[in-house]
Amino acid sequence: MIKIVDLKKKFDDKWVTRGVNLTIPDGQMTCIIGQSGEGKSVLLKQIIGLIKPTSGSIYVDNVDITKLSEREQQKYFKKVGYVFQFAALLDSLNVYENIGITLIEQGMSKKKVLPIVKEKLRLVNLEEDTLTKYPSELSGGMRKRVGLARTLVTNPEVILYDEPTTGLDPITSQIIHELMYDMQKRLSITSVVVSHDLKIFDYADNVALLSGGKIRYYGDAKTVWDSDNPYIYQFIRGLPEGPIETEVIHFKDKY
Amino acid sequence: MITNVINSVGIYTLSITDKLGRFVVFLGKALRSLFTTRLKLHKLIVQMNRIGVESFTIAVLTGTFAGMVFALQSYIGFQRVGGEQFIGAVVALGLIRELGPVLTGLMVTGRAGSAIAAEIGTMRITEQIDALRTLRINVYQYLVVPRILAGTIILPFLTIFAMMCGIIGGYIVCVYVLELSPDDYITSIKTYVEFADIRGGLIKAAVFGFILSWVGTYKGFYTHGGARGVGNATTQSVVTSSILILIANYFLTKMLERL
Repeated sequence: MIKIVDLKKKFDDKWVTRGVNLTIPDGQMTCIIGQSGEGKSVLLKQIIGLIKPTSGSIYVDNVDITKLSEREQQKYFKKVGYVFQFAALLDSLNVYENIGITLIEQGMSKKKVLPIVKEKLRLVNLEEDTLTKYPSELSGGMRKRVGLARTLVTNPEVILYDEPTTGLDPITSQIIHELMYDMQKRLSITSVVVSHDLKIFDYADNVALLSGGKIRYYGDAKTVWDSDNPYIYQFIRGLPEGPIETEVIHFKDKY
Repeated sequence: MITNVINSVGIYTLSITDKLGRFVVFLGKALRSLFTTRLKLHKLIVQMNRIGVESFTIAVLTGTFAGMVFALQSYIGFQRVGGEQFIGAVVALGLIRELGPVLTGLMVTGRAGSAIAAEIGTMRITEQIDALRTLRINVYQYLVVPRILAGTIILPFLTIFAMMCGIIGGYIVCVYVLELSPDDYITSIKTYVEFADIRGGLIKAAVFGFILSWVGTYKGFYTHGGARGVGNATTQSVVTSSILILIANYFLTKMLERL
């Protein structure tokens, strides 16, 4: 279980998160939504430990990960995987090296690494002929899948997805959603997904809305469209009026 | 008014101290990784190839033409006092003690130091460095150590070639352009150039290689602000390394005098 307590983050003089409280249950998919620039990715990077919070705590299995030493953080990274928004594949390495990099760097032989890499590649529905390709030769969807396969190599208990479908067409987005769902069910992984894509509600168990630096709504993904919470009601319908401050310009009415 | 000035000076001092501290801490972390983790030899060789072998042509060209110009300029001075027979020694000493290491250092800074900053900077802004961290890879061991070590090891070798080509360039100018005695050129080198001169030049080259790869990796590592940030990191890497090389050259010359 991931428990976020009164998490605050400030960059220079700008507060990004102003006291986030959220509990993410084990073995479920929790989706965090919110406007662009609200700090969803910053929140996710604080959960993985790439960004230190200004104050507050994040408990993962009752351990406050904001206070981990570098060595303890290395162990923590074994438990938690991160799928980056644009996959963050290493340009200079081919798909095999990208997926197996953790094992290769640990000194494992190619004979041992290759079957593991192939297994993870199959999990994300990619053909073996992609192994020799470089990231520049892959489509956006393939890159995301390779990124997911790379994360799966260490068999994490938790996977954090940073906008996994951004920049993808609707069909590829659905493939990625299905894959994430499959991983979560098949491997009993706890998934935390930061997304703008409301299709995620069909796959997620819980939805949290981040607005004004705080969680304004948390509930079951299946009933989110029925909620009368003013924040979630406004956000998922894209309404200009409501508690979320917006700057909507009505150009369409002008012509 | 006075409070504002003091405030500004204070902020500037803190900023400089912070940057200097980060610069040194970065090196400290790299050195710790060097001594606490196993060095990947193939990564070191790849970087030696990229920093050294790929800079071979510019080092040779720089050395050759520096030697040729130096011979010409020396001739103009020495013929006034009838000391043409010393041109060989002056060219060789100039190249071995100063021009070889400094010019090679500056040229490699422009070619390889900037490339290091741009490559690591791009990795930073595309989250590849963050990805490495989450994959439990020591980024200092993976990215920084091989480059700093490669720069330090390979620059003396490049400098040897620059020195040799410079001396040959000087010989060509003296013998075939100025029609001076080839024996005078070679004899004066044999007479006046000592092993300590060569050792000093190579120590300088190693220090310059260390500086350019340290600054390049540091600037790349702390890049922020997208494509513009990568551009800034690259420029700052070249400017900072060049200035540090020139400053270090003075102090190294003073120190090596005593050896």
